[in-house]
Amino acid sequence: MASIPQKVVHEYLRHDKKFPHVWCAGCSNGIVLGAIIRAIAEMELNRNDIVMVSGIGCSSRMPVYIDLNTLHTLHGRAIAYATGVKMYKPNMKVIVVTGDGDCTAIGGNHLIHAARRNIDLTVILINNNIYGMTGGQASPTTPHDAIATTAPYGNIEPDFDICQLAMGAGASFVARTTAFHAIETQNYVKEALNHPGFSLLEVVSACPVIYGRMNKKGSAPDMMKAMRDNSIPLTAYEKLPKEQTEGKIIRGILRREIRPEYTDEYAKLCVRAQGGDNE
Amino acid sequence: MASKTTKKAKPVETIKEEPIEIRRQMRLMQGNEAVAIGALDAGVNFFAGYPITPSTEIAEILAYELPKRGGVFIQMEDEIASISAITGASLAGAKSLTATSGPGFSLMQEGIGYAKITETPCVVVNVQRVGPSTGMPTSPAQGDIMQSKWGSHGDSPAIVLYPDSVKESYELTIRAVNLAEKYRTCVILLMDEVIGHMREAVALPDVANIRIISRIKPTIPPNWYKHYDENQKYLSPLASFGDGYRFNVTGLTHDQLGFPTNKKVEAHDMMERLRKKISYNIRDLVQIESRDMEDAKIAIFAAGITARSAKSAVAAARAEGIPVGLLRPLTIWPFPDDAVRKMLRNVDIVIVPELNQGQLIQELKRLTKDKADGDLIPIQRADGALITPLDILRVIREVH
Repeated sequence: MASIPQKVVHEYLRHDKKFPHVWCAGCSNGIVLGAIIRAIAEMELNRNDIVMVSGIGCSSRMPVYIDLNTLHTLHGRAIAYATGVKMYKPNMKVIVVTGDGDCTAIGGNHLIHAARRNIDLTVILINNNIYGMTGGQASPTTPHDAIATTAPYGNIEPDFDICQLAMGAGASFVARTTAFHAIETQNYVKEALNHPGFSLLEVVSACPVIYGRMNKKGSAPDMMKAMRDNSIPLTAYEKLPKEQTEGKIIRGILRREIRPEYTDEYAKLCVRAQGGDNE
Repeated sequence: MASKTTKKAKPVETIKEEPIEIRRQMRLMQGNEAVAIGALDAGVNFFAGYPITPSTEIAEILAYELPKRGGVFIQMEDEIASISAITGASLAGAKSLTATSGPGFSLMQEGIGYAKITETPCVVVNVQRVGPSTGMPTSPAQGDIMQSKWGSHGDSPAIVLYPDSVKESYELTIRAVNLAEKYRTCVILLMDEVIGHMREAVALPDVANIRIISRIKPTIPPNWYKHYDENQKYLSPLASFGDGYRFNVTGLTHDQLGFPTNKKVEAHDMMERLRKKISYNIRDLVQIESRDMEDAKIAIFAAGITARSAKSAVAAARAEGIPVGLLRPLTIWPFPDDAVRKMLRNVDIVIVPELNQGQLIQELKRLTKDKADGDLIPIQRADGALITPLDILRVIREVH
């Protein structure tokens, strides 16, 4: 995996179009973009058959930079647009890149219903615990007591556990990692892309410039170290006593199960409607 | 929809509906049914929607018919998801349509703006009901005339069609799909609740005789492709996802390639392009019906179901020897400025009946230039009842 040379990443970027990018120094989004590109390259997917869809926010700017079929949509609606693409062209790989605000606040409804349908979308949710693009407002994953511009006295709301939310809604593949674990991110992107059904990968990320400064989390490297130190693999989590795992980010594939996929089910329905017997 | 290998499934009881072939023969047909069949005849192969009175029959019929033809029907979680899904599907190559009513139409406005700025063909059918808010779901109103043009934020030139009969609902649905494909935009079909639910005797034409327009596909190599290329009439080819063109689509103000821009020159070009592709093609877009206008001193200007009442009133008044005529827009946006100006010049009085508190009449006021133009007499109600032929006839007699 690490043998994929940097040159490959460059081949997938739209250098001649819209660089420099909009992301701040120290932002995790570039790491995730690199991981996605390396995963696609390693899987030798045909770029013409991949659609990357996003909503609005820092992470949702990703499609502009990558040379795929790209669709930068409305705030919160990426999954709904992606559903339209996937239903009409079920053989295409549809990747949704989204953020915590985009996908779990304004777009929460689409997330749970796509998970329920088990439609074969790969949702990569970069969770930086804040609205970065608008300058640091509280999101549904901003931790309790954290400071945000719209929570200047501390956030009194409990935060979502995105993976639990997705599993509760019926997602058939759910995984979590952090941007510190770049190779793990790359591997999970591959696993998610290979999964036949709705997959959600939460990548816990760092926003040092906005969230980090407001909450005194130190520099970008400090936040990277914190992701390393505050996360544990699922296997370790299951063995350790509760006191030692409290407050830790659990990394791993939290769910992987095969159940009927929506576009397959729809294809069967069409056969039935046309008088066939699905044989 | 490419079919995949399928496994054995339990037989499922399905709702039995009349086959379309029988539906085509002369019979009583509902307006919403005519829209659904019109959509199929126009080549619509993707519908995403959410149930709402009084438009639901359109979704129900398409849920039954589209799978039989290998098309896609999907019931989404809300109207926002519906407009999003049809836009995504259209970019993947589908001819797509959704149907809704007032509250759902309000929810779709941001997505309609997105389809317009990204120049993505799609059709939204809005079977109007009384508003604001939940209003009266089963009663007619014409309160969305202005919303259908101005509902989305920012300047957004609109194509909005407005039928006055079941037969015309069928015809204008086909026209809406054709115009969406030709002009690469979201076209709106405004319906009245009464027309959506009314049954009239209709025989549908042979599909072979219907003119169908589909988007122009690019033939140039991918690296020459501009997603928003320009030619004389601002109508440019449109690639689909999966065709090998790998373009970018964004709701941000963009350049000709489709990448976000803050440059004033590029923003100006984009906005002008959106405007001109409508305003430079008025002749192709505007359709009006003119009835008994040659010698008319009194004119009625009305659309949809209100024009049906007006037609009866005109016939009755003519029988009484009153020189009255009717001008009816089939396209309400872009507004038929030239025909309305001519009418204002030629008559003494224009009666404007409409089921709202004064929307069409605003456009007539805008076009009234000098004192010689006809006076405008409004007839308005927004209480869920119709304006009857007698209501209009009384006003005609009063002003005569």
